[in-house]
Amino acid sequence: MDVNLDIAKTYIFAGKKQTAVAAVGVLLGMSIYIFMNCLVIALDRGSMTVVFKNISHIRVYKDDMISKELVKSTDSSSKYIIINPRVVPKSNTIINPKMVAEAISKHKEVTVVAPQVNAAVFYNNGKSQISGISVGVNPSEANRMYNINSSMVEGDFESLKTTPSGIVIGSGIAQKMNLAVGDNINLTSARGINRTFQVLGIFKTNVSAIDKTKSYVNLASAQQLEKEGASYITDINVDITDPNNAVRVGEELSKITGYKAESWQEASESIVTGNKMRFIVITLVSTLILLVGAFGIYNILNMTVSQKLNDIAILKAMGFKGKDVVRIFVTQAITIGAVGVAGGVVLAIILVTILKNVYVGGDIGYFPIDYEPIKFLQGVVFGLIITFFAGYFPARKAAKVDPVEIFRK
Amino acid sequence: MEERVKDNIILKTENINKFFYEPVEFQVLKDISFEVKRNELLTLVGKSGSGKSTLLYILSTMDRDYKGQLWIDNDLVTKKSIDELAVLRNEKIGFVFQFHYLLMEFSCLKNVMIPALRLGKLSEKEIEERAFSKLEMLGLADQALKPASKLSGGQQQRVAIARALINDPLIIMGDEPTGNLDSKNTDIIFDIFRELTHNQGQTIIAVTHDDDFARKSDRIVEMKDGRIVG
Repeated sequence: MDVNLDIAKTYIFAGKKQTAVAAVGVLLGMSIYIFMNCLVIALDRGSMTVVFKNISHIRVYKDDMISKELVKSTDSSSKYIIINPRVVPKSNTIINPKMVAEAISKHKEVTVVAPQVNAAVFYNNGKSQISGISVGVNPSEANRMYNINSSMVEGDFESLKTTPSGIVIGSGIAQKMNLAVGDNINLTSARGINRTFQVLGIFKTNVSAIDKTKSYVNLASAQQLEKEGASYITDINVDITDPNNAVRVGEELSKITGYKAESWQEASESIVTGNKMRFIVITLVSTLILLVGAFGIYNILNMTVSQKLNDIAILKAMGFKGKDVVRIFVTQAITIGAVGVAGGVVLAIILVTILKNVYVGGDIGYFPIDYEPIKFLQGVVFGLIITFFAGYFPARKAAKVDPVEIFRK
Repeated sequence: MEERVKDNIILKTENINKFFYEPVEFQVLKDISFEVKRNELLTLVGKSGSGKSTLLYILSTMDRDYKGQLWIDNDLVTKKSIDELAVLRNEKIGFVFQFHYLLMEFSCLKNVMIPALRLGKLSEKEIEERAFSKLEMLGLADQALKPASKLSGGQQQRVAIARALINDPLIIMGDEPTGNLDSKNTDIIFDIFRELTHNQGQTIIAVTHDDDFARKSDRIVEMKDGRIVG
């Protein structure tokens, strides 16, 4: 074994208590760092699950356009055309939706493409009337996208496929209108169309504004309510492999289709900023905790160096170079750090396991925390790096000790 | 003839001057020029404050802050870097200090082995055998595996001598090597020193206050107010 390592080992075992205290400091810092970073991912995932029950990753639709204010003439003989800029009241439909949907599904990151028709309606049952929105979907695609099945409290969402005049309503509507599965409900659309649907199921998203207004019908039924034909599509919803890439994919889809492709980040900016703030706070706090752990190593090594001034002077007299002395003390720091980091990983696994088994209810169920390998790796690397520096500075101080000064005392 | 004389000189200084600047400027060493021959047991004597310890630390290459020139083994060491000097000390110089200065957390054997492990010329097993034979020579074979802190002062001093010898250095330097030992232990250590210089081919330079010890040495260099006076 290298003599520097040998000496470092002897010092570590000679000061077992100090070493243990420093290692425990790193252990706690490390475990909290990993745990909190896993937590941030869990919280993001939790809020995303709720968000993606109601919106898709990307929504492609026809945006209102403002008319151009001035068209310059190409030659001097013709005149300028000047128009007051205003929103052009064209139709809000997507032209040739089948082709657009096909073009979108060719993008390699796209997983689900679901054309949709939103129809503003009144739900009528006897005298009571509620205004709301009825969403025309292809049931199996919609289920893949929003996982509606998981929020059904009564009935079966998939039976919408086999019943053209079926409707799945929010729990708020069902309660207000006293409806159960099998009952009929009358819808009046903004275009004046009146149709009766059979209630096939009731869903509950736990967002009361949605539960009180939203219903799902077949695409064809929604087109009828809008008094339009089979090619009438207002939105095409798109899900992609990684929701974090929605902004980029959205821009790409916008170029491919020529329609506005809005990512979920644009649609719900408050959630994005909320996640960002949480990320900043937790990263900052966990890093500071880890630094405190590393400071323990710095502190104890500094103390060791002061206690071992004589030893350092003897070693230097016997021909140890400055870098040998640095190696002796950095080895101690890294050993303490490695023990602390290893213990921290174990403790983090324990903490995550405990929280994983905590039931929080709602549509989240068990706490959605998981063992995030990247965060564990990040913690280990980060922990070892700061341990190294926590040891390096006292070690450099030790390397600068002038033996003559010590021997003269 | 000229070559032989030169060969026979192990250490030489030329016009060494040293100043202390704290608390006030003060010249500790004034134009020190002298030579040490191979196989000599030389003692540096003088009152405290005469500069003899300061001179020893310059000769030992640990103190680089001086004016003048120092040769060890026909090699000018004055301009060498700290790391080069560390290698040189490791190979050519052994130290024995007044307060024995062993590494207390290590066994006696390990203390003796460390300079040789640093040098790295022999295997660990060979070094261990050598270290043990040095301890045996100094009558400490039965103490080899004890921690250094468990030994008496005289025993510690002998371990320090064994450590100084492990790399077969050209020169052994001692700062009051018998400073806090009783006369019996002093005699033992003096006998060891004489054996080393007369029969093992080593050179010893020792700073001492002990007149008896100095009188028995081959040569006395007396210092006064930063100058060699005899």
